[in-house]
Amino acid sequence: MSDAIKGFTAPVRLAYTVNAGRAASRFLRGLAERRILGQRCPVCKKVNMPPRGACPTCGVPTEEEVQLSEVGTVTTFCIINIQFDAQARELPYACASILLDGADTTLFHLIQEVPVAEIRMGMRVRAVWDDERRPSLDSIRHFRAAGEPDAPYDSYKEHL
Amino acid sequence: MRPVAIVSFAQTPFVRRTRLNDAELVMEVVTAALERARLPRHEIGFCCSGSSDFLTGAPFSFVGALDAVGAWPPIQESHVEMDGAWALYEAWVRLQHGDLDTALVYAFGRSSLGDLQDVLVQQLDPYYLAPLGADPIGLAALQARALLDGGEFTERDFAEVAAQNRARAQSNRHAQVRGSRPAGALLDEPYLAAPLRKHDCPPISDGAAAIVLAAGDRARALCERPAWIAGIDHRIEPHALGARDLTRSPSTERAAREANAHERPIDVAELHAPFSPQELILRRALALPGSTAINPSGGALAANPIMVAGLVRLGEAAARVIDGVAARALGHATSGPCLQQNLVCVLEARP
Amino acid sequence: MARDDENLTAPYVLEYKYRRSCGPVVGRFLAALKDGRLEGVRAADGRVIVPPTEYDEHGEPTGEPVALAPTGTVTAWSWVAAPRANHPLARPFAWALVKLDGADTALLHAVDAVEESRMKTGARVRARFAAADERVGHIRDLACFELLPGDAHE
Repeated sequence: MSDAIKGFTAPVRLAYTVNAGRAASRFLRGLAERRILGQRCPVCKKVNMPPRGACPTCGVPTEEEVQLSEVGTVTTFCIINIQFDAQARELPYACASILLDGADTTLFHLIQEVPVAEIRMGMRVRAVWDDERRPSLDSIRHFRAAGEPDAPYDSYKEHL
Repeated sequence: MRPVAIVSFAQTPFVRRTRLNDAELVMEVVTAALERARLPRHEIGFCCSGSSDFLTGAPFSFVGALDAVGAWPPIQESHVEMDGAWALYEAWVRLQHGDLDTALVYAFGRSSLGDLQDVLVQQLDPYYLAPLGADPIGLAALQARALLDGGEFTERDFAEVAAQNRARAQSNRHAQVRGSRPAGALLDEPYLAAPLRKHDCPPISDGAAAIVLAAGDRARALCERPAWIAGIDHRIEPHALGARDLTRSPSTERAAREANAHERPIDVAELHAPFSPQELILRRALALPGSTAINPSGGALAANPIMVAGLVRLGEAAARVIDGVAARALGHATSGPCLQQNLVCVLEARP
Repeated sequence: MARDDENLTAPYVLEYKYRRSCGPVVGRFLAALKDGRLEGVRAADGRVIVPPTEYDEHGEPTGEPVALAPTGTVTAWSWVAAPRANHPLARPFAWALVKLDGADTALLHAVDAVEESRMKTGARVRARFAAADERVGHIRDLACFELLPGDAHE
């Protein structure tokens, strides 16, 4: 008589066709043209990016498109020292919440081409585009130092 | 119990594949429901939604829909990974506490993103059923067979349910499948999963719905003829299909009793029966008189947005009371395979 | 090429490899399947429940395992004309609730009836197990049921 079974593997595999919706589709198409788009809320006037067709603060539709700068400020960042299964990056590497000039919400992306010890809040960074243009967030390969003086804390303290 | 009423209801058109994302779908119905209730967004006391991340395949994706509600300043909010009818139940319970007077309930789902026949397997027992890949149509067909074996109903009865529901859907501009050939012609079609034919099964639908609840005098201020919740209850049966009598719905019978459904005649009943044989089981369980109008909306056979269709039944029933068409209406919602779990809500007009 | 006003879509596969812990009741049932046997469990009111659960539908803990014959009766069925990739059989088959001889509840599984015309409620069936060296302690150690010859089918 076999021993009671302790457990078994139960694989789950579900296939989807993700549909980005209107706002995200426009944003991604913008990236293929090397344009970074946000949407302005008609009520609070803030520019949300990436745009989702609605303002998360006011709960109203957002239609007005705003083109944002490729340059922005690091509001906060983290340094990753652990390899994830899906990742093949050289460790350590850094990600940051970047407040692009013109936006009121931040974009989470990679920081490269700078020693991680030098990354700091207020650091000015610039998008580095991939050679291939495609409607995907990785059309921006990463952000690198913009070579400008750091932004003053007051300029981003509301966005932490 | 504190008197709580449905004071407005809004729904999107239900379609096979929407161009909108979840937040965009919810925006439509939340805006419309609030406008109809003349309730400013910032005055909502409590917010509760129903949806399933398994439809998008992305964990916590339901949070994105909150963009359509606006969560600043911070709001009191909850979510059920279920049909929105259960979100309405939670909102009703919340309002019983007495400190809040209004609640916004919404539900959304895009079944078009994945394969429902695979997604819904994930709700089954992970030891004994999910590994077999028992699909929802196959299971509903099992229930249909059991009903035929009982001798009380025939495949023609199934076809009549399908034909009548879709015929009624012709006057529902939100419905997806509107109109039907007569039952006799439907019976000429081949089986999809014997004994079910395609017409016995629901369409695959994307869409959203929203309802505003209000308590006491607040309800009277927001709506001329509120649909008062005279009773609401839900019950669940064992999840093992082989331990249930699939030809009856004891959980619906019990929920109806607890919700005081039989106190006075029901003018309109909206029954969440995605498969035609299930409507026959529900009508018997609810013991509705012949005078009750069933599914004027066309029901789930005309549009079946997963996670939304139950809330739509409650909304459609409430709409008949709000519009003055019905004095007393019943909305039913179901969850789980073969009518495993059932919610009954009784709505009435009061002077 | 998608029109400019069409939404962007992309394929996406969600894959998780869960490990389900069984506990003693389910674990014992699956061990019996590995051995090519079927078992139920005795409920507090004396009924035999299969597949075994830790508690009956009244919330009472279940008791001793009960050996069951590999034969039973179909109490309900449906026909799968186009099997899906994750179904137990690749050719058309029947889903069925099978009340094993000696059990009081029915087990849901597949019946390899070959033709729809051979299936009926009341049909007598027998369990077909996977080959011994393929059994691992999983519900699919029970490959399917097959119809017993006799007056239960045409």
